[in-house]
Amino acid sequence: MPETDRGPASNLPPLSLHIPEPRYRPGDTPDFGDIVVPDVGATPRPSEDSKPDAMRDLCYGLVRVLDFDGVAKGPWDPKLTPERLRAMLRYMMLVRAFDDRMFRAQRQGKTSFYMKCTGEEATSIASTMALDRSDMCFPSYRQQGILIARDYPLIQMMNQIYSNRGDHLMGRQLPIMYSAPEHGFFSVSGNLATQYPQAVGWAMASASKGDNRIATVWCGEGSSAEGDFHSALTFATVYNAPVIFNVVNNQWAISSFSGFAGAERTTFAARAVGYGIAGLRIDGNDPLAVYAATLWAADRARTNNGPTLIEHFTYRSEGHSTSDDPSAYRPSDEPTIWPFGDPIARLKLHLIALGEWDDARHEAQRTELEDLVKTTQKQSEKLGILGHGMHQPFETMFQDVFEDMPWHLKEQSAQMLAEQEAKFGPNWKPE
Amino acid sequence: MMSAETQTATKTMNMIEAINSAMDVMLERDPDTVVMGEDVGYFGGVFRATAGLQKKHGKTRVFDTPINECGIIGVAVGMGAYGLRPVPEIQFADYIYPGLDQLVSEAARLRYRSANDFICPMTVRTPFGGGIFGGQTHSQSPESIMTHICGVKTVIPSNPYDAKGLLIAAIEDNDPVVFLEPKRIYNGPFSGYYDRPVEPWSKHDASAVPEGHYRIDLGKAATVREGEALTILAYGTMVHVTKTIVEEMGVDAEIIDLRTLLPLDIDAIEASVKKTGRCLVIHEATRTSGFGAELAALVQERCFYHLEAPVERVTGFDTPYPHSLEWAYFPGPVRIATALTKILKD
Repeated sequence: MPETDRGPASNLPPLSLHIPEPRYRPGDTPDFGDIVVPDVGATPRPSEDSKPDAMRDLCYGLVRVLDFDGVAKGPWDPKLTPERLRAMLRYMMLVRAFDDRMFRAQRQGKTSFYMKCTGEEATSIASTMALDRSDMCFPSYRQQGILIARDYPLIQMMNQIYSNRGDHLMGRQLPIMYSAPEHGFFSVSGNLATQYPQAVGWAMASASKGDNRIATVWCGEGSSAEGDFHSALTFATVYNAPVIFNVVNNQWAISSFSGFAGAERTTFAARAVGYGIAGLRIDGNDPLAVYAATLWAADRARTNNGPTLIEHFTYRSEGHSTSDDPSAYRPSDEPTIWPFGDPIARLKLHLIALGEWDDARHEAQRTELEDLVKTTQKQSEKLGILGHGMHQPFETMFQDVFEDMPWHLKEQSAQMLAEQEAKFGPNWKPE
Repeated sequence: MMSAETQTATKTMNMIEAINSAMDVMLERDPDTVVMGEDVGYFGGVFRATAGLQKKHGKTRVFDTPINECGIIGVAVGMGAYGLRPVPEIQFADYIYPGLDQLVSEAARLRYRSANDFICPMTVRTPFGGGIFGGQTHSQSPESIMTHICGVKTVIPSNPYDAKGLLIAAIEDNDPVVFLEPKRIYNGPFSGYYDRPVEPWSKHDASAVPEGHYRIDLGKAATVREGEALTILAYGTMVHVTKTIVEEMGVDAEIIDLRTLLPLDIDAIEASVKKTGRCLVIHEATRTSGFGAELAALVQERCFYHLEAPVERVTGFDTPYPHSLEWAYFPGPVRIATALTKILKD
């Protein structure tokens, strides 16, 4: 026992190490009754230029707009037109149809990998719709909704997923690691949270140039534990950078529940408190809350009032990717018991409550979007599906390491081409 | 050697002043160039490399950063994606490791992974090497970690004239460059004899530095001394140490200052070794998996039938850089003389 100034500590119990454990595992019956769901309209909406220390409660509450009967209420209601609401619903339905189709394509062996965003569609689509089209997005890997909401051609997404002849990334990147500068979409890395300081740098550059564009960035609650996350928040607060930080708290990082990123102690929005920046904790399954919070943060950033951290409280309804089976680590009925429902169903209900939508139109749109995805998939597959060395000339492997190819890469390229010739014969060409 | 506008007005500069001048010229010429790092703003850097630049070019062009190397390099990647040309300083090369993921996985691969959608025209400046009683956290030579990254160029100047021309070329380069500055020779070339007075740069020809813009192309070595007896490959501080010992011993060595480690000037190396038939590689960094191993392998692959003796390496030892025993660690006159004697005997 250690000796202390207070004498031998022999009467203290031994130290014990806390290892977080989710409350429910496969076979358990989950009960989320203790999750606090504040009333819609109960959360005040401060002005966009409020001091962060005057709005700390928002880091611990939950901004909501839509109640569970589909009615929009309270100061955060963005009061979107029916046309805008229908556009939002359409984008969310499109990304879901896309996800289902591409997940199945992976299962059919047409590509190596896929990740769905089921249940989290609002966190990227409603968020992107609240931004200016020229604002720069630094996505993590589950933000395909950004591209959908900016009308990026579906076929280009599919070509990338298949690494086929139409893939402008020349088959270099794992599926879903898109890059679309013309659509304000930064190249997806695959390393976690590295995009966080990059978004801050982009925002600092925009501010230093007297531009009016802002940057937004996404990560999961799991990767908010990375050092890059904290580096980014430090730089953002130091330079008052015009950036919006989105933490998509979908409760799960592959098989690790949010407790391994600190959720047992506080909220993720509360990270903002320590950095002295604005923080908002919002219902991430409420598309109107996501839209309203993003618009608030964008207006704040654009008026030199600095960065905002938004925690999207949501739930990852499916596995992390095609590579894991969630029933191995959590109860299979958790997604349906999750108290915040489904973002598409909630927006649909809202539009119906407004008299601007109905079940028949919804079903017709679902079929239309599924057909669109299916037709596009056929076009994409004409350009090929994933296969070794089939779609890109072999020498493209050595291009773009540098702007100009140095001698050692030229030598290695020649060696590789000789290997391919030895294997396939002199007249072989990619399809 | 000058590849851009011909310069007439020169000024006597030490390496710090030449590096400062390179940034000054680029800040003046290119409104997208920004200089950032710990203590680089008002104070002008712990080695004074950015002295006066903030006052002249303004706070949004030259500014201090948090003590956060991951943030410094990550933010610079984002600035590059916006269209700026960032020149971050890492205060000591020993501090670069917290930023290594942003360098290895992000900066170096951005062009490749995005097929030219995004590039990273960043130059990371950082002082490296020992000989200043810096102990194990202010003396390291991490160049072989940098050359092992695909997608990063690694540059090491050995005198004021080269430092300015290479730094301008690095800043103008559209790919990430790690610019390692041998801090032992910031103020004067080093003979290798720590107990002798330091000679200032003003007594050296390479201290005559043009005041304006000029480039020394990356990937080109310089022949410091022509000779027939053997080829010595060196860079940074070791160029001067090597020259001193060679002259003391009266060896007719050809000394090649690599200047850029990647892309390497293999033609210059090959031509020299084929001429002399012997090759000694010298660096201050630790021996195992050091850049000398790569050089020895390349020379062996390309010049084997011209070699009259095994390729020799003179390096630092595979220990952390010791504080009080740094001159026993440093590859100084005795180690170099021993290797020269050995390689010339066969």
